[in-house]
Amino acid sequence: MKKITRFVGISLLSLLSLPALASLNIFATVPEWGALAKEIGGDKVSIYTATTALQDPHRIEAKPSLLAQARRAQLVVANGAALEIGWLRLVVRDSGNSAIQSGQPGYFEAASQVAMREVPQVLDRANGDVHAAGNPHIHLDPRNILRVGEALTARMGELDAANAEAYRANFTAFASKWQAAIVRWENEAASLRGVPVLVHHSSFVYLSAWLGLKEQGKLEPKPGVEPSSGHLSALLERQKSTPARMVLRAAYQSDGPSLWIAGKAGIPAVLLPFTVGGTVEAGNLFGLFDDTIQRLLKANR
Amino acid sequence: MSHKPFALAALLAASCTAQAAPDADLAAIRSQINEIKQSYEQRIAALEQKLAQAESKATKAETTATKAETTASKAEVVANEARLNVRQPQTSASAFNPEISLILSGNYTNLKQNPSERRLQGFIPSGGELMPEGRSFNLGESELVIAANIDPMFRGTLRLALAPDNTLGVEEASVQTLGLGNGFNLKAGRFLSGVGYLNEQHPHEWDFSNAPLPYQAFFGNRLGMDGVQARWLAPTPIFLEFGAETARAMSFPATDESKSKNGLMSASAFVHLGGDLDVSNSWRGGISYFASQPKDREYEDPLNGLNNSFSGSSRTWIADLLWKWAPNGNAKQTNLKLQGEYFSRTESGDLIYDTATTAQQGNFRSTQSGFYAQAVYQFMPNWRVGYRYDRLSSGSANFELINNGALPAAALPLLASYSPSRNTAMVDWSPSEYSRVRLQYSQDKSRPEATDHQIWLQYVMSMGAHGAHKF
Repeated sequence: MKKITRFVGISLLSLLSLPALASLNIFATVPEWGALAKEIGGDKVSIYTATTALQDPHRIEAKPSLLAQARRAQLVVANGAALEIGWLRLVVRDSGNSAIQSGQPGYFEAASQVAMREVPQVLDRANGDVHAAGNPHIHLDPRNILRVGEALTARMGELDAANAEAYRANFTAFASKWQAAIVRWENEAASLRGVPVLVHHSSFVYLSAWLGLKEQGKLEPKPGVEPSSGHLSALLERQKSTPARMVLRAAYQSDGPSLWIAGKAGIPAVLLPFTVGGTVEAGNLFGLFDDTIQRLLKANR
Repeated sequence: MSHKPFALAALLAASCTAQAAPDADLAAIRSQINEIKQSYEQRIAALEQKLAQAESKATKAETTATKAETTASKAEVVANEARLNVRQPQTSASAFNPEISLILSGNYTNLKQNPSERRLQGFIPSGGELMPEGRSFNLGESELVIAANIDPMFRGTLRLALAPDNTLGVEEASVQTLGLGNGFNLKAGRFLSGVGYLNEQHPHEWDFSNAPLPYQAFFGNRLGMDGVQARWLAPTPIFLEFGAETARAMSFPATDESKSKNGLMSASAFVHLGGDLDVSNSWRGGISYFASQPKDREYEDPLNGLNNSFSGSSRTWIADLLWKWAPNGNAKQTNLKLQGEYFSRTESGDLIYDTATTAQQGNFRSTQSGFYAQAVYQFMPNWRVGYRYDRLSSGSANFELINNGALPAAALPLLASYSPSRNTAMVDWSPSEYSRVRLQYSQDKSRPEATDHQIWLQYVMSMGAHGAHKF
């Protein structure tokens, strides 16, 4: 009995001491911001990413594992713009962690650092699952990554002053590499300008705006509403007069609707990683954009 | 048209003159042509000059246009930055309006047995609605929820239930701390107890149209509290949460509602454990305990029409387990939810038999248990099917006056041993997160003499603030 008590005591103590290993515990809601925090933080931070690229970020629940991680976090890096509205507020509130409450330095939202697209003029759920703040999938414009990175670097430095210099140096190095990559991507993707495409959900608004893709239709009749056969047939009919070159979907979206329309219209159905981890090649932020552009170019040939 | 013949005549006349002209005339003509040539050259030169001027002006215009364009794009960048930097001003006091949501529900039921004859054999009536309450069309409860952060320290929630009989009930009116720190959360006011798993969920969040039998029998559908709750989340990688409540319990088996005393009334404690097995599998389990001291808790036995009353102690244990599976953790396409809870309650004290006339008093002790287990499977987006099995075990009540022969064995007919059970199947369709239509069938064996077949067609809709995705 004594042994058991000692064992339990030691394991409890070791559990308690775990968060002390890294200097800054970061809870990132989605993979792209986890990856960006990693670029800035390097080995000075410990990052928990709450979701994967294969999960629909709108459909996450306040799982016990998320509560446990939020409890130990010093910084929550959220996307914002109501992307995590279903679960993050609940997790943050129930975590009992005063550092990460909304309004505290330990709560960071990426979307408030960039200019939003598709901000609805009318807020009515008859229009589907609209986000009042605008389309939340901001990360697929690489220039937004820089803007968010700059603010995140400042925030991480504020929370962990001892490593602020290291964060700034990491970000400066990342930013110059990233700017060079943007130029390269823009050159590579020049032939994509004006290419008409169909998309499953409005996941690629920022990507399309950056590369000049022309989004001609969405497989979802309304945001968040499942593609219906009637809507898909109408899209196919439109294909005759204004043909799209390809149909895009994110790794977490079901392939059925885009494969159907691709088969009928004789155009390629393109799976895009959408975020870090969405494909094998999209292992980090650079890989995410490299792979996205390669896949688009391949489909456009 | 009339010019043509005139021109021809002029040409003819000129050629006639030329033939007859001498050399002097020829020289005159030459000088005239030269004059004409000179004047044309002058004009051309003038035109060329004008053209050159126009060209230089155009170039200038082009430069100006380019400059304007550059300025415009710069302005756009500035405007974007400005939009980022300048937050929307709070235009009025109403900008601080709380989150408001409204839940509407209603159903059509078809029941083989008369709902007023319904009872859970072997169990003291819990006072909660033994749903469904009526046949045919029934309006469900309409819930109005108003919630907001009060200040950086507190959050408040009010939940009103508008019953179909036009009465208004306060389901929840609580304040809770926001990030007290170190994993602590405090709540005060009226709230649903944190015991078990389903207890904290409101009817619109249930996967079936009615509460499981154990909740009906042990808590009158759910355990409500007027009091305080403390929770502590351990700083461990696995989810480990402890909670305790002390309150005036507003539901069966307590009688705190009518008590007049200082100090503590009912109390509960619970511990929850949970985590992810892998990316596709998540779980949560818990143990809960609820203790109360009911006093003069009277019930009418529908089988002999007598009133009996209990005073003593009531202790309930609950074990709950929840398992969720979704491929890669993406619940959008398909997912499975397995859930079960086990209840056990021991009551011991005194029972007064037939309070209206003889009022004989004796020791009373009973241990009762029950469980439900359910599976809900989303087989395609928007569509789910579910099955639930509920079973209660009344055990046999141990009443001193029956044991010593003072009363006949059948003196407490409602508490005669029985095991009510129920099978429920449902299919529901949710075109969005905010709406659900459900068809449910139950085969209800809650009393020995009749089996009820219940069919429900129900809608549950929510509007306003986005609801929380609880686990």
